[in-house]
Amino acid sequence: MSTPLTAEIAHHLAARARWRPAEIAFWLIALASVIALPGWHLLLTQVAILGLFALSLDLILGFAGIISLGHAAFFGFGAYVAGILAARGLVAEPMLALVISGVAAALLGWATSFLVLRGSDLTRLMVTLGLALVLYEIANRLVWLTGGADGLSGFAMAPVLGWFDFDIAGHVGYAYSLAVTFVLFLLARRLIFSPFGLSLRSLKENALRAAAIGIPPRRRLVAIYAVAAGYAGVAGALLAQTTQFASLATLDFERSADVLLALIIGGAGYLYGGLIGAVAFKLMQEWISGVTPQYWGFWLGLVLVLIVLVGRAPLQYVRAFLPRSHLASAALRSGRG
Amino acid sequence: MRSRAFAIGLAGLALSAAAMSTVRAEEVVKIGLILPMTGQQATTGKQIAAAARLYMQLNGAVVAGKRIELIIKDDATVPDTTRRLAQELIVNDKVSFLAGFGITPSALAVAPLATQAKVPEIVMAAGTSIITEKSPFVVRTSFTLAQSSVIMADWAAKTGLKKAVTIVSDYGPGYDAEAAFKERFVRAGGQVVASLRVPLQAPDFAPFLQRAHDAAPDTIFVFVPSGQGAALIRQFVERGLDKAGIRLVSTGDVMDDDQLNGMGDAILGSISAHMYSAAHPSAVNKAFVAAFEQANHFRPNFMAVGGYDGMHLIYEALKKTKGSTDGAALIAAMKGMTWESPRGPISIDPDTRDIVQNIYVRKVERVNGELYNIEFETFPAVKDPVKAARM
Amino acid sequence: MLTVLFDGIAYGMLLFVLSAGLAVTLGVMNFVNLAHGAFAMAGGYVAVLLINRLGVPFFAALPLVFVATAAIGGVLERTLYVRVYAKSHLEQVLFTIGLVFMAVAAVDYTVGSGQVFLELPEMLKGQFHVLGAGIGKYRLAIIVLCGLITVALQYALARTRFGSRLRAAVDNPTVARGLGINVGRVFAVTFAVGSGLAGLGGALGAEIVGLDPVFPLKYMIYFLIVVTVGGTSSMTAPFAAAILLGLGDVAGKYYVPQLGAFVIYTMMIAVLIWRPQGLFARGATR
Repeated sequence: MSTPLTAEIAHHLAARARWRPAEIAFWLIALASVIALPGWHLLLTQVAILGLFALSLDLILGFAGIISLGHAAFFGFGAYVAGILAARGLVAEPMLALVISGVAAALLGWATSFLVLRGSDLTRLMVTLGLALVLYEIANRLVWLTGGADGLSGFAMAPVLGWFDFDIAGHVGYAYSLAVTFVLFLLARRLIFSPFGLSLRSLKENALRAAAIGIPPRRRLVAIYAVAAGYAGVAGALLAQTTQFASLATLDFERSADVLLALIIGGAGYLYGGLIGAVAFKLMQEWISGVTPQYWGFWLGLVLVLIVLVGRAPLQYVRAFLPRSHLASAALRSGRG
Repeated sequence: MRSRAFAIGLAGLALSAAAMSTVRAEEVVKIGLILPMTGQQATTGKQIAAAARLYMQLNGAVVAGKRIELIIKDDATVPDTTRRLAQELIVNDKVSFLAGFGITPSALAVAPLATQAKVPEIVMAAGTSIITEKSPFVVRTSFTLAQSSVIMADWAAKTGLKKAVTIVSDYGPGYDAEAAFKERFVRAGGQVVASLRVPLQAPDFAPFLQRAHDAAPDTIFVFVPSGQGAALIRQFVERGLDKAGIRLVSTGDVMDDDQLNGMGDAILGSISAHMYSAAHPSAVNKAFVAAFEQANHFRPNFMAVGGYDGMHLIYEALKKTKGSTDGAALIAAMKGMTWESPRGPISIDPDTRDIVQNIYVRKVERVNGELYNIEFETFPAVKDPVKAARM
Repeated sequence: MLTVLFDGIAYGMLLFVLSAGLAVTLGVMNFVNLAHGAFAMAGGYVAVLLINRLGVPFFAALPLVFVATAAIGGVLERTLYVRVYAKSHLEQVLFTIGLVFMAVAAVDYTVGSGQVFLELPEMLKGQFHVLGAGIGKYRLAIIVLCGLITVALQYALARTRFGSRLRAAVDNPTVARGLGINVGRVFAVTFAVGSGLAGLGGALGAEIVGLDPVFPLKYMIYFLIVVTVGGTSSMTAPFAAAILLGLGDVAGKYYVPQLGAFVIYTMMIAVLIWRPQGLFARGATR
């Protein structure tokens, strides 16, 4: 039913969803890196995977306000599903296995969403952490399925779409990861700029008021949590497929902490924070550990401290990615919260 | 006239330039050393890096006309990072050897790469038996858990100990050690009354030691990764288990040379079985330990000697192939190689590419004011029992 | 059975002393200090320096450890932390994790990566035998010391003027300022004391849980568990939570060793689902 009001809202949403020049530039640079930086593809694959993972965390942290210290649970779950599918020869085609892993992770997210519906920030932090730790222990025990501490290794991946074989230089792996990340990003962007996304934003600002005007908080939160879990699962599956290896390290606390750091560095709440943060974090880490393999932690820690002390206000790049309007400043505020 | 002189001069210049460039084009052989320099296993990385550098310092950086370049990378004990670093080293740096590998999943993750790129993978630290089976290009210079565990079981049975409780960390190598000890001990007529597994992360040994005590064994066999052993021993003594007549036997990971002095007198008299002690009484070892301590100000442990011997293996293989970096040729050269290592005589088994070495049973004693593992019994030329049983 | 009970209580009390400071900074100052474990580690290493290297007697070293770590905490609070109070929780997380990375690498560089141990005095080594159970002397000392500390804390909060100023500042900082209470100074002292307690816990815990450069990263989870399960609205709640968790962990590992690590995590999840604000919280926490 298209009344003048709904037409106006649709027009307004469409206007907000227009692509900014900075966004187009970002993706053009990403595309260019496929051709222009062949020696970097192995590292950039990890950046893309971390970016997708951070994007999935942004969906629940930046847009729904759920702080999670255990998001690696879904990442690792997706990695193991993809690994098991390949190792046991159940599904040969990587794209199909990727979709299955994503759906499986989303189901896990849906099943565990009840854990994050109640409680304060701190409670959610610990409950999500607890879930990840429990999953880690389970994976450690089920040696017949997951390989335990040795991990799943030695399985070969079939060529992507039957054509592109995973090469040792990582070119196909990178193109594959970047393409998947881009497609999922588009979907997320569509989701965020839709009425669903708008309702999430209102829930985050004031859940009570949102419920009063008829937005069901529980259903929305469960939905976004499941979607975010699915995205994280796809990221994990990408890792397993491009490295032909799945280990317990995909489930551990450090993985959850790294993705949280990457997202905070980039800024939560405007979709690009995860991607930018992943680029910054991974490249910084790589550069510093190349200079000092043993004590890079010190310099990385110093950079993190300085980022917070100096603040991101001097860096106005966030504005370039946001819709032009008073909503931009609101998003900036929520992005920092 | 002038143009001919000019042409000759030009030709001479070209020739000498060509000659100079062939002289200066000394080829470089790169070794990619991937170690856990940070994280839980940081001591492993530190020891191996120091040992590798020491070897190069003592033996020079030129082998068979090639200059050796060592590239050290930190994988922070994360196996997918190990894999990516190995890939980058192969593709971008064009290394001829991959070495290091602090934990088993790191070595396993890289094995398919070694096969695909035909690059030898020298395992200097990880200790699970199956690693060498994952690729024909894997060679190990460290040890396998099973080697130490079965010798410990043999010795325990020989000494007349009958009832054992095993306490191992709850992960792959722990299961290996537990299975190896149990199988050998039971075969020798003993009885394993309880098999306890301690969580790998942040372990508190108190309840497990209490449970072990309640089972009233005459010996407890222990394996935990190097770094956790000290806490376990101290708690063992604190609970008075040694006074209750229970003999503690362990693999050498628990009696890590690097940690011995910090563990205190509580560990005096502890028995362990392993392939290296810094107190090994050979001239080669004395020289090695002296040089190592002078360069680094800490004692070398069994990880260091794995790294040192790994470098020796690389150097000798290159000498045998006369500088050729063909992977298959290098592996063929490594098979069957024997030499005198600081730990004793060792060789690379040509069938399995795994290390064959002496395993010593040692006791902790105070020598010159410091604690050392003093070897008192030697079991020569021990092969990895897991693979040997299958052959 | 008695030994397991005893061990569990000792472990729980140690957890409490280690986590008390975090409960305070989180509950009182609404500041997510993930670097709390680094103060515990600092205390442990100061103790190693005093006892092992300088030969200071064990019991004399403990107050020195407290003072030293409190001083470090106080200095850091006035110079660095105070700039981060107004920022969002996420930025506080980033900041404190950065500090942890720096601390871990710095300790690795100066002292080395291996585990270190305190030389215990003779009187604390070994066991008593009571009613057929072995009571570790060191663990007994921990129970006694931690018990004294808990009592002292509770007294300070409930009976002293500083305690009432602190409680006022927590309830309503604006009104407290209006009454002439220097809220900034109160918070600074509280932070310093919390850090000092962590340092003391780190020194006492070196024998039980070990001390190495990655200690803050390994144990942060346990401190967070205690604080979350207990809730941050009082001092007794984290204490009870710590004892419960300590007992649960030790008993679980003894009676059902196959489930060893699961117990503490599932306990936490179960408690938090049942009572999301913590076991003993009065109302909504921040």
